[in-house]
Amino acid sequence: MAPVVPRSGDAVFANVERVNAELFTLTYGAIVRQLLTDLEEVEEVNKQLDQMGYNIGVRLIDEFLAKSNISRCVDFKETAEVIAKVGFKMFLGVTATVTNWDVEGTSCSLVLEDNPLVEFVELPDTCQGLYYCNILSGVIRGALEMVSMKTEVTWVRDMLHGDDAYELRVKLIKQVPEEYPYKDDE
Amino acid sequence: MIGVGGKIKQYSSVLDKPLSKGRQEVSLSAFAFLFSELVQYNQTQVDNIAELERRLEDAGYAVGARVLELFCHREKGNRRETRLLGILSFVHTTVWKVLFGKVADSLEKGTEHEDEYMISEKELLVNRFISIPKDMGTFNCGAFVAGIVRGVLDNAGFPAVVTAHFVPMEGQQRPRTTILIKFADEVLRREAKLV
Repeated sequence: MAPVVPRSGDAVFANVERVNAELFTLTYGAIVRQLLTDLEEVEEVNKQLDQMGYNIGVRLIDEFLAKSNISRCVDFKETAEVIAKVGFKMFLGVTATVTNWDVEGTSCSLVLEDNPLVEFVELPDTCQGLYYCNILSGVIRGALEMVSMKTEVTWVRDMLHGDDAYELRVKLIKQVPEEYPYKDDE
Repeated sequence: MIGVGGKIKQYSSVLDKPLSKGRQEVSLSAFAFLFSELVQYNQTQVDNIAELERRLEDAGYAVGARVLELFCHREKGNRRETRLLGILSFVHTTVWKVLFGKVADSLEKGTEHEDEYMISEKELLVNRFISIPKDMGTFNCGAFVAGIVRGVLDNAGFPAVVTAHFVPMEGQQRPRTTILIKFADEVLRREAKLV
């Protein structure tokens, strides 16, 4: 069998089935509006969006691994690069830049180069506390948890709040050692 | 911390931003994951199937209302259809093509009722990765698309009741989805006067 070569984000994205981004954007908008109506509190909406993202993340990682042929990353730095260049690209068709590493190399920022979730969006005064794209942080957290990394993902900059970029802070809390349910020699 | 500015241009208001051409794409799985969360969330909010369909339809309605405005402006040079067949073909052709990448499989007039029309799709995009558990009977996630259609029609001045149904197809494993449109009386009365 030929060795499995990791594929670039562009290559994967070019080969998967795609849909119009506006359908995606407007559907996401419909979800956020529904949550705002149902839950009333902006804080609760943030939580629910994060939870939805987490649910997606734990499922999405399988498809990511299957289609990208990427195996174990040597360190968290590589993980962050892979998320930014392959993960974002293959699902959303955009990439992110990894920056602002701390000294320990356990937390960094992902700055999105484009954001398909926010086309047509403007936050009204009543929703100033809303992290509109909170689903994305949940996705990253969920996906990384499935590959044994506990992380904390928070928004640092959000253009809907008047900042100059979309910046997510990803912090590695701990690496959970993998436990096998059986021993090799049994 | 060193600030790194993103590559996305900033505008003081969303209205200053140039309208996208609608060519951007995301992966089908990204949409499928999102849609599945929409359905699952709504399942936690309801007691029965009818309510679930209504909620999905409401979510779709909100999309339809925006789609009408956006597409009339971008695809139709600010012209909005005012006749029944015109708006139906706008839904079947323009709306379908932009949202789902293809024209709908068919647009038919109901044979039994004058006020009914049907848009059918062999494999509706939202139903691609969805299988309905037996205990959920006739539930169809196409309710979301029915909502989009109703949102477009209603906001264009063609109020209608729109529902999604599975229709078994001979020789096919999966049923097709038919979006049934039943126009309000006033629409047909107006249409009759316009001839």
